[in-house]
Amino acid sequence: MTKTTQQPGAVGLYDPRYEHDACGIGVVARLSNEPDHDVVALALEALEHLEHRGAAGADKKTGDGAGILVQIPDAFLRAVVDFELPARGSYGVGMCFMPDEADERAQLAALIERTVLAEGQEVLGWREVPVDDTNIGVTARASRPTIHQVFIGAGPAHRADADAFERKLYVIRRVVESAAGPGLYIASLSSRTLVYKGMLISHQLKGFYRDLADKRFASAMALVHSRFSTNTFPSWELAHPYRMIAHNGEINTLRGNVNWMRARESTLRSELFGEDLPKVLPVVRPGGSDSANFDNVLELLTLAGRSLPHALMMMIPEAYMNRDGELPPELGGFYAYHSCLIEPWDGPAAVAFTDGRVIGATLDRNGLRPGRFVVRKDGLVVLGSEAGILPVPPEEVEQLGRLAPGKLFLIDLEQGRIVPDPEVKRTVATQKPYGRWYDENTIRFEDLPHRKARALREPLRSLQLAFGYSREDIAKVLPSMIIEGEEPVGSMGNDTTLAVLSDGAPALFGYFKQLFAQVTNPPIDPIRESIVMSIAAGLGAEHNLLEETPEHAHQMTLEHPILRNHELETLRNVSDDVFSAHTIDITWPAAEGPDGMEAALARCCREARAAIDAGSNILILSDRATSPDRVPIPCLLAVAGVHHHLVRDGTRLRAGLVLESGEPREIHHFATLIGYGASVINPYIMFETVCELIEEGWLRGPDDEVLDCMRGQELVRKSIGKSLLKTISKMGISTVQSYCGAQIFEAVGLNRSVIDRYFTGTASRIGGVGLDVLATEALARHARGYPSPQLRPSRLPAGGRYAWRRDGERHMWNPDTIGLLQHAVRYDSAASYAEFATTANEDATRRAALRGLLDFRPIGDPIPLEQVEGWQAIVKRFSTGAMSLGSLSREVHETLAVAMNELGGRSNTGEGGEDPERFRDNRRSAIKQVASGRFGVTIEYLVNADELQIKMAQGAKPGEGGQLPGTKVDEYIGMIRHSTPGVGLISPPPHHDIYSIEDLKQLIYDLRCANPRARISVKLVSEVGVGTVAAGVAKANSDHVLISGHDGGTGASPLSSIFSSGLPWEIGLAETQQTLLLNDLRSRIYVQTDGQLKTGRDVVIAAILGADEMGFGTAPLIATGCIMMRACHLNTCPVGIATQDPVLRKRFAGTPEHVINFFHFVAEEVRGILASLGLRTMDELIGRTDLLEPARAIDHWKASGIDLTPLLTMPELPAGTPLRRVCAQEPVLDDALDWTLIDEAREVIEKGGHIQLTSPVRNVNRCVGGLLSSEIARRYGSDGLDEDSIEVNFLGSAGQSFGGWLAKGVTFTLAGEANDYTGKGLSGGTLVVRPPADAAYVAEENVIIGNTVLYGATDGYAFFRGIAGERFAVRNSGARAVVEGVGDHGCEYMTGGRVVVLGPTGRNFAAGMSGGVAYVLDEIGDFASRRLNGAIVSIEEIDCEGEAELRELIEQHCLRTGSSVARRVLDDWDAMLPRFAKVMPNDYRRVLNERAAAAGMLVEAS
Amino acid sequence: MGELRGFLRYDRRAAAERPPAERIHDFQEFLVMRPDEELREQGARCMDCGVPFCHGGCPLGNLIPDWNHLVYRDLWQMAIGSLHETNNFPEFTGRLCPAPCEAACVLEIREGESVTIKQIEQAIIDRAYDEGWVVPQPPALETGRRVAIVGSGPAGLAAAQQLRRAGHAVVVFERDEAPGGLIRFGVPDFKIEKQLVERRVDQLLAEGVELRLGVDVGKDVDPAELLDEFDALVLAIGSRVPRDLEVPGRELDGIHFAMDYLYERNRAVAAELGPRPQLDPPPAAGISAAGRKVVVIGGGDTGADCIGNALREGAEWITQLEIVPEPSEHRPDELTPWPHWPLKLRISYAMKEARETRHGELDFSVVTTRFGGNGAVRTMHIAQAAPDPPFAPLPGTERELEADLVLLAMGFVHPERQIAASLGLELDPRGNVAAPAYATSREGVFVCGDARRGQSLIVWAINEGRECAQAVERHLAALVS
Repeated sequence: MTKTTQQPGAVGLYDPRYEHDACGIGVVARLSNEPDHDVVALALEALEHLEHRGAAGADKKTGDGAGILVQIPDAFLRAVVDFELPARGSYGVGMCFMPDEADERAQLAALIERTVLAEGQEVLGWREVPVDDTNIGVTARASRPTIHQVFIGAGPAHRADADAFERKLYVIRRVVESAAGPGLYIASLSSRTLVYKGMLISHQLKGFYRDLADKRFASAMALVHSRFSTNTFPSWELAHPYRMIAHNGEINTLRGNVNWMRARESTLRSELFGEDLPKVLPVVRPGGSDSANFDNVLELLTLAGRSLPHALMMMIPEAYMNRDGELPPELGGFYAYHSCLIEPWDGPAAVAFTDGRVIGATLDRNGLRPGRFVVRKDGLVVLGSEAGILPVPPEEVEQLGRLAPGKLFLIDLEQGRIVPDPEVKRTVATQKPYGRWYDENTIRFEDLPHRKARALREPLRSLQLAFGYSREDIAKVLPSMIIEGEEPVGSMGNDTTLAVLSDGAPALFGYFKQLFAQVTNPPIDPIRESIVMSIAAGLGAEHNLLEETPEHAHQMTLEHPILRNHELETLRNVSDDVFSAHTIDITWPAAEGPDGMEAALARCCREARAAIDAGSNILILSDRATSPDRVPIPCLLAVAGVHHHLVRDGTRLRAGLVLESGEPREIHHFATLIGYGASVINPYIMFETVCELIEEGWLRGPDDEVLDCMRGQELVRKSIGKSLLKTISKMGISTVQSYCGAQIFEAVGLNRSVIDRYFTGTASRIGGVGLDVLATEALARHARGYPSPQLRPSRLPAGGRYAWRRDGERHMWNPDTIGLLQHAVRYDSAASYAEFATTANEDATRRAALRGLLDFRPIGDPIPLEQVEGWQAIVKRFSTGAMSLGSLSREVHETLAVAMNELGGRSNTGEGGEDPERFRDNRRSAIKQVASGRFGVTIEYLVNADELQIKMAQGAKPGEGGQLPGTKVDEYIGMIRHSTPGVGLISPPPHHDIYSIEDLKQLIYDLRCANPRARISVKLVSEVGVGTVAAGVAKANSDHVLISGHDGGTGASPLSSIFSSGLPWEIGLAETQQTLLLNDLRSRIYVQTDGQLKTGRDVVIAAILGADEMGFGTAPLIATGCIMMRACHLNTCPVGIATQDPVLRKRFAGTPEHVINFFHFVAEEVRGILASLGLRTMDELIGRTDLLEPARAIDHWKASGIDLTPLLTMPELPAGTPLRRVCAQEPVLDDALDWTLIDEAREVIEKGGHIQLTSPVRNVNRCVGGLLSSEIARRYGSDGLDEDSIEVNFLGSAGQSFGGWLAKGVTFTLAGEANDYTGKGLSGGTLVVRPPADAAYVAEENVIIGNTVLYGATDGYAFFRGIAGERFAVRNSGARAVVEGVGDHGCEYMTGGRVVVLGPTGRNFAAGMSGGVAYVLDEIGDFASRRLNGAIVSIEEIDCEGEAELRELIEQHCLRTGSSVARRVLDDWDAMLPRFAKVMPNDYRRVLNERAAAAGMLVEAS
Repeated sequence: MGELRGFLRYDRRAAAERPPAERIHDFQEFLVMRPDEELREQGARCMDCGVPFCHGGCPLGNLIPDWNHLVYRDLWQMAIGSLHETNNFPEFTGRLCPAPCEAACVLEIREGESVTIKQIEQAIIDRAYDEGWVVPQPPALETGRRVAIVGSGPAGLAAAQQLRRAGHAVVVFERDEAPGGLIRFGVPDFKIEKQLVERRVDQLLAEGVELRLGVDVGKDVDPAELLDEFDALVLAIGSRVPRDLEVPGRELDGIHFAMDYLYERNRAVAAELGPRPQLDPPPAAGISAAGRKVVVIGGGDTGADCIGNALREGAEWITQLEIVPEPSEHRPDELTPWPHWPLKLRISYAMKEARETRHGELDFSVVTTRFGGNGAVRTMHIAQAAPDPPFAPLPGTERELEADLVLLAMGFVHPERQIAASLGLELDPRGNVAAPAYATSREGVFVCGDARRGQSLIVWAINEGRECAQAVERHLAALVS
């Protein structure tokens, strides 16, 4: 497909491997299974209504992809081909994307024909598919393939067996694909289904493929898909649907899944495929997207004999653990058994699937993608990402529903009915006695006989030293794990040196950075949503995936992947007819020096293979042999090396990998080890150390508990489990088992040969050290433990990572740099600044950060300084970082704002809102952040911004939410955040309205509505692939994108997040610049970067690498007096900066002048560099990578292998391509429904009064009410208008974010239904959704609004006459709402307001709810036991006050919606009242009691 | 660590001082440790800063936050382990260091609130001795290498201990009758009782360090010969050439260098109170302040120690003269902002004693123009000094001062030259032995302490000794056997 491979390969830092896509899906089916052109036409219409979920690139007419999958349109095909077709089902059609060039095409056609014949089938003929490309985009046209259909008749042996024929067609396709290479793409080849798709916008599909408009083109079902890709060179083949699925979401564990599939191939056998099986390998076609890979495996599983639901249940199992009594036992058994066969493909997924006979959709266990369906009385079923994609008159509605987490929605066309989820699953789960097989054959590790731990043969101190322990491990990390039950929390950013520049022989783990979910997939909250999480591990050999026997369950299960020392002996000595363990020594003789390590690794690999051949299925890699003479191989290297060797060897799945090592002791260590293939780890020195600390009397437990050794070890293990879940959840992964081998890391500073051999497939983009240096560092650590024969090993080294120590890791902020900078800004001393800049640039940065390894390369002659633009112009590009009010004290927050306003730069509110008093004076922050917690995000807040920044991630803790301890929530902070003082606040890891890129596009749209004058910014954190995400952000219509470095600060975060996740901004920024340029998107979006910027040199390098603007966090804080106390999370900041303690706040001595002086100095330094480079303005500098070169004199011994040229790569571009932002984004609000409303209500908006309006509404009308509210808030702030001033009655299916930000004084009443995000950020308005008057269905049994309703609502009323989806009222902090049923996770993270649920609730209700009250009508009586997450809430009696408030809300509901449920409750109030459960947050109750007590004391005193 | 919010809960409470009127009648240490419970509170005040400026400000890099926390947790034995890790002789520094750490303490941003680091340090080591936790740590194996160290001051002893523990044979040459250098003979007992020096030296001896007293290298032994006998030679000879005051009348009797007086006083106290040196001290020159009008020229620690001794001898009146202007009472932020060592007014312990017992006074901006007297000094002629170097006398401000004992405590200019000259070592521009990384211009010869860096603090001396030992180790490791 020469013409269609427009997608560039890896160039510079861009790598197509990291492309993401997401989208809208739709299904239309007729239960009668009668083919009908209407179904196709309706599906195409639905597709057009999903267009806003897709995207177009720089070329507005080129879409990212659209497509349709139908049943073979037999009658149509017969009519249009000029040859005979056998009976339906006896022929298959292949949809072939072929080159334009006739010769090539002929060769490919010949290949196909040869293959068909060779496989015993016959070629019936060819048909060129007629297309009309006049209306498609230039890019799409240029890359358009010629599309032919090949018709293949079943050979004599296959005519009678439709399944066998289908399987044969698959074999033919795989053979042809392997032989043809990239020139040919076969979209589908089946006797049942046919796919039409391409690089199109939804509405172009029908016009492009003329077949689709033909009345004879009929199908009983159709599956459609509209794609949003993060890039703009989507290829024709990456459009959906694939052969069996269309997918909305992202598979987070993809790399592991693909590796495991490859490892599995050698064991595959299938009676059905017989000799054909090897022909279809590899199962996963390289170069495909996650969806394509998923499709590949699903196809194999079904063709090898499993039903489609069965295969899906294997690949996307619902959360089944710890659900006894909730799930039928046979289903639990099914999932448990199949977990021995294949790991979950984990990630937010809505998968629509079909094989032509059944069609349906499923959601992953988290249910993070939307899916709504409607069943018409005439048997037509429409399912899609949104409700309302096809209008269905209310009287024809039979049922309105939604996809639920882990549930299957299945239409069996042959049976002509919707098969309910329990029935489908029961059918699948009872095919074989899976549960019994599992129970009988699986061994629980915990049941094995106990053994004694081995004693250490070397002094503990020597081993600690040899394994790289530091005092921080002992004084900080381990105690926290035991006392706090989790790894230590820290604050501020990571200003230490990169591992590759460290002289301290850092552990190999330090070279790896955790990747994390951002935009294209959501991270998970492992605490609040623990119901989906699991740390269980498994060991043993896997068997043929394509068979099911009792032996498949011959696995060992472990409750925890960390084994204590005695448990490892149990494992080592396991011996029965199934399990046999073999221990491999991973040390090498010190005498061999660095060279010995590679040989030792090779030996380990050989030994592993030999052990497997000899029948071992548990391989224990062990460094217990460490001694004065033997050096441990870095255990991560050993694990990854053996793992990849066995994967390549095809034997990986014949044994489980166990590590017994003295080295691992931090969460990041365990995470990397598991991520690279270890199933089980025994960190024996860590456990010995815990005992040592306890015996020394150093260590006590939680609440000063006196510990014994076993208890201490137990506590530490528990905390590792907890922190591991946190780590995997950052990537959106729920089970440790699917994290295993998933390799979700990027290496910084390892060379290609290390990566290719031992960490195959891992990104490592700037080269770095090789095996020799790693061996040298291992020897250096070993030498600490065994310094020389006469020396006793000394005490442990300082470490100095978490807090600066003189003999520890280098920190860029140290006593010298801090002291100098503070002196410079306080006394306006240019000399001190110069000294600071020299120290920071030449001493600190040179030896710590990548930019230190770059030098300027002047091309032109220098110019006099006077000719360079003034410092005042330069500082306008600067902003201060997003540091919340709450994390910072009010004084500091305002000081920064005043300084930036003075300078014409921008300060940033951070995620804690802003005092409305500041909105209109010089204390306002120009940038108002919108983060996942939505604290203080009201319409008034939004409308008063110059820039609205969506925080997707934060450098210090990407993939995590924030937490503000209750001690920092005083009255003032509580007021601003709309929460209760004294109660801690949680911001969720994901934005619950952004699980995917098209969701981000929606939020951008919503924010534009809230404030059309503000520019919209999206904050991302550097990691591999951030460039493609940034391209997606540009396509999602953002004006601005911020690429944060991994080193950004935080008010509180686990240490492993601060130090081990995310990448330096230099790499992410350069990748972003290059990717945006490649996509022709750079000119329309501002790019900003931040992360430990502190000098003019930093600014200039950022500009050269592509930044229009720069952000500074730590440096301006230091200017105001911060001394890097790193106690922000403790509320004890001694200089009054990161604290709310009034005593400490008084100590704050910073002034706006300090900040102004700092930026002035930085800008002057920039001017000096500009002059030396011969440039007059910053504009001339941006993107000019030719002005940089890798430093000539890198004098660091480890730096010689680093290659920074990929950062400086300039893509080939047409002359004159702008390298910076020069034009605005396309306007998107022009067709908003609100303009009409505003016009009609203008008089009321301007002068007050009352007006009543009516309007139809459709799903393409999004964020209805946003612009209207913006107009009101701009004039009246949060006061809004008088109640019900503007009443609008809508009829229809409203699009997403209906009633978003709705301001006080506006009342929306919708007769119909609404989608996701209804009432988002509700700011005082009233929202009513009820069925139309003529609806025939029972309202309270049907779904009327989507997921994530009332997210971040701060005020107002909402009444919903029907059932809501998942996460109803998530992060509600003030709205009062009534609804008649909710899905899972209702009232999650709620901090205020009232919610009344008059019907069933899903699971995990009130998780993380710390304020407000919920009243749940619990008629079944299982709410408290099954549905409620009681971690921080309790059920209370309803007192008089509560009763009054409840009754009033229900009365209102009855009045507004005419609800019969409400009527019934009110009519029988006394009997019903006791059935309400009042959900009361414990903290909220405590604070209320305290207040009452205080008030009581006042009364007594008076 | 410390205690969360401890710094808000507890006030700074420095070590107590015995009343001057009482203490000038004896030679016992004048500082009194607070009880352990109070010290734990002081430890609780430590905030375990992300950037511990105290640790940065300590020349030794003492792990101050670590042991502050251990004291707070009542884990004294671990605390001494941590303290000894960077500091061979905390009982010296805990008593004698001016504590730049406390000046750099983050709490000192609010002047006067720093953690009482020095007091905690002293308490840790004193307790460690009391509990018997300080024991010899002889090497496990001998390397067969031999190192000679000249000088047994803190730099020489620190180098000796480090090298010995690494398994080398170490011989320390000391020309005086007892080891310790200025700690022994310069610093008075009421700041550090000499028994403490003695017991530390005992530890070194028990570890196998050989001490040759009364051997004046350069006079009794040719340093070049040492180079034949030893694999390395370390010079830790201090900076002993005092700065002189070249004005008319300097030759009169009764005008002495401070160190001559202090040596004599220390020998006298040792003779009276012990510990007795192994060799006999040289005969006394008879410098005494008893009943005299004493003038001490120089406002530093040496000057203060002269005053303390003079008071205890029964001087009639003591005048201390300082040439620089009187510094401000508070930290001058524009000049020496936190965390720098603040140039501010500090009244020495001795001047406090003098003032409280009405036996002396301190005068700033005073320059001496000449001495008067017949054979022996009787008067000093002084004038107000210009505020900036070279502090010339301001015309019309001359006056006269009675003096029958004048002690010159104006610092030291450089080390004695004989050894360096005989070994042909290069000197730096200030006259110290040039050795940027402790190795001198001559192979195998090393230098550390004041002889290398010029006169400085004890902490620097210990640090130099330790770092020099590392340089020697590298040298020894590179030797072909």
